[in-house]
Amino acid sequence: MSESSVSVVKVIRCIVCPTGCQIQAISKGSDIIFEGYTCKRGLEYAEQEFYEPKRILTTTIRVEDGFLPLIPVRTDKPIFKEKLFEVLIEIAKTVVKPPVKMGDILIENILELDSNIIASRDLAKK
Amino acid sequence: MKKYKSDVVVIGAGAGGLAAAIEVKKADLEVLIIERDKELGGITLQCIHNGFGLKEFEEELTGPEYAQRFINQVKELKIPFLLDSMVIEITKEKLVYAVNRNEGLIEIEAKAIILAMGCREKTRGAINIPGFRPAGIYTAGQAQRFVNIEGYLPGNTYVILGSGDIGMIMARRLTWEGCKVKAVVEIQPYVSGLLRNQVQCLEDYDIPLITSYTVTKIHGRERIKGVTVSKVGRNFDRIIGSDKFIECDTLLLSVGLIPENELTLEAGAELSKNGGPLVDENLETTIDGIFACGNVLQVHDLVDLVTAEAKRAGKNVIEYINSRYGKDLMKKEIIKCVPGENVNYVKPDIINKRNLSEEIIFTFRVRHPDRRVLIQFKDNLQKIIYKKNKFYVIPSEMLELNINLEESGINPDCKSITIDVIPRPEVLIEED
Repeated sequence: MSESSVSVVKVIRCIVCPTGCQIQAISKGSDIIFEGYTCKRGLEYAEQEFYEPKRILTTTIRVEDGFLPLIPVRTDKPIFKEKLFEVLIEIAKTVVKPPVKMGDILIENILELDSNIIASRDLAKK
Repeated sequence: MKKYKSDVVVIGAGAGGLAAAIEVKKADLEVLIIERDKELGGITLQCIHNGFGLKEFEEELTGPEYAQRFINQVKELKIPFLLDSMVIEITKEKLVYAVNRNEGLIEIEAKAIILAMGCREKTRGAINIPGFRPAGIYTAGQAQRFVNIEGYLPGNTYVILGSGDIGMIMARRLTWEGCKVKAVVEIQPYVSGLLRNQVQCLEDYDIPLITSYTVTKIHGRERIKGVTVSKVGRNFDRIIGSDKFIECDTLLLSVGLIPENELTLEAGAELSKNGGPLVDENLETTIDGIFACGNVLQVHDLVDLVTAEAKRAGKNVIEYINSRYGKDLMKKEIIKCVPGENVNYVKPDIINKRNLSEEIIFTFRVRHPDRRVLIQFKDNLQKIIYKKNKFYVIPSEMLELNINLEESGINPDCKSITIDVIPRPEVLIEED
């Protein structure tokens, strides 16, 4: 086997604490190793960010005849980062009718991503 | 004029006001909340992003969820509140005057008042940007309200001035709503908001962050057509020849927050240099029985810190009503707390000597970022009372220390203590 090439494939800025370590994902042959983290949580974060970056999505849904014209919502689980815009477009097609309670599921299993869109607050009728 | 009585009046129904009112009510005192908006909750209602509540609720909530939990408690405890009601004056005698549509002018007589009015955003007027006054210039929080509550987009292409947290969060929010954010421009050489927001709101969406630059001209007469940004030198003076034009139809300003203290001032309470009222270790202002908590006292970076401070104010109000109200206490003997090197301000501003045996929570901010520092408290005779090392300090992070000064060996006759954040002596030697 030839001398395996070593290269930095991604630099991840750790957001676990304000120190903000620069963590490098380094490819060594067929392995990926992480360098530059200073705590266990930092390594966990870097691994998650490298292999499967996910985010909680928070946005609003239009409301018909509500106390307010919009209701704030979020995904109840983090979803793949690359799916965020598809989910946003799906949410934009939806209109809900009050009354709504915090935690109510407004869209179930959105785009089959194993995450529901839930209400972030109560909302009464107009 | 209708007249009411309540043991305690809380002005403002944001996280601070609600947390304080709940604390007071749990001690079986009467409390009335007065709020100028049409519902309880305050600014967290429009902060629809997540990241709130890790300390208070030990889970990650959105702003509206955080508010809703407090609102639910207020309703369970049957705490009375007035909505759409604007407090227009408070007095030393603890009379509160407010107006609303149903009752006109009302008077509430209280034993104690908790100020929880929050803060407001600096506007274009505070930073003097040349140019005409076209439409399309908003503060970031104002745009946040339009987008998240009212359901309007203020424009299509944006430049955001200031890298405060609301500005960065709005950059992501607007991107998600299909808008184009051309740049976030920051006059300092570093980001002023949290790192987490820089990474997840800007870097995730390739939104350029331009540090050491500021907006030096606004173009357009009817509607903003673009801005000129220029590089700044050490003293924030514009560097000639560094101008760049960026086309945009909207400019958002995220350039700082100011505690909202008009009522405080009119009541005759003293303010300190940070814009909040001067308070002692009980969070009591210079007027007996008027307390302050939350962003009206000092701008916090986390709402959980507001909640913790508000609960503390609530507890101190209970103590005041149960043991000090209506009594003529001796003239206060105090120690002043002075911000020293690389410290912007410190709360409390004064400490009552009678409370020296208790733990005191000090909160303060540094002026500029630094690494490997020593935080030291020294008295007016230069004697060091307290020392603590810290790896990293940054102006956007409020520092909090819990110290028992008596156990630290403070001289009870001292007149003032100064708080410094300085490079560690051993670090200086190492780098020599």
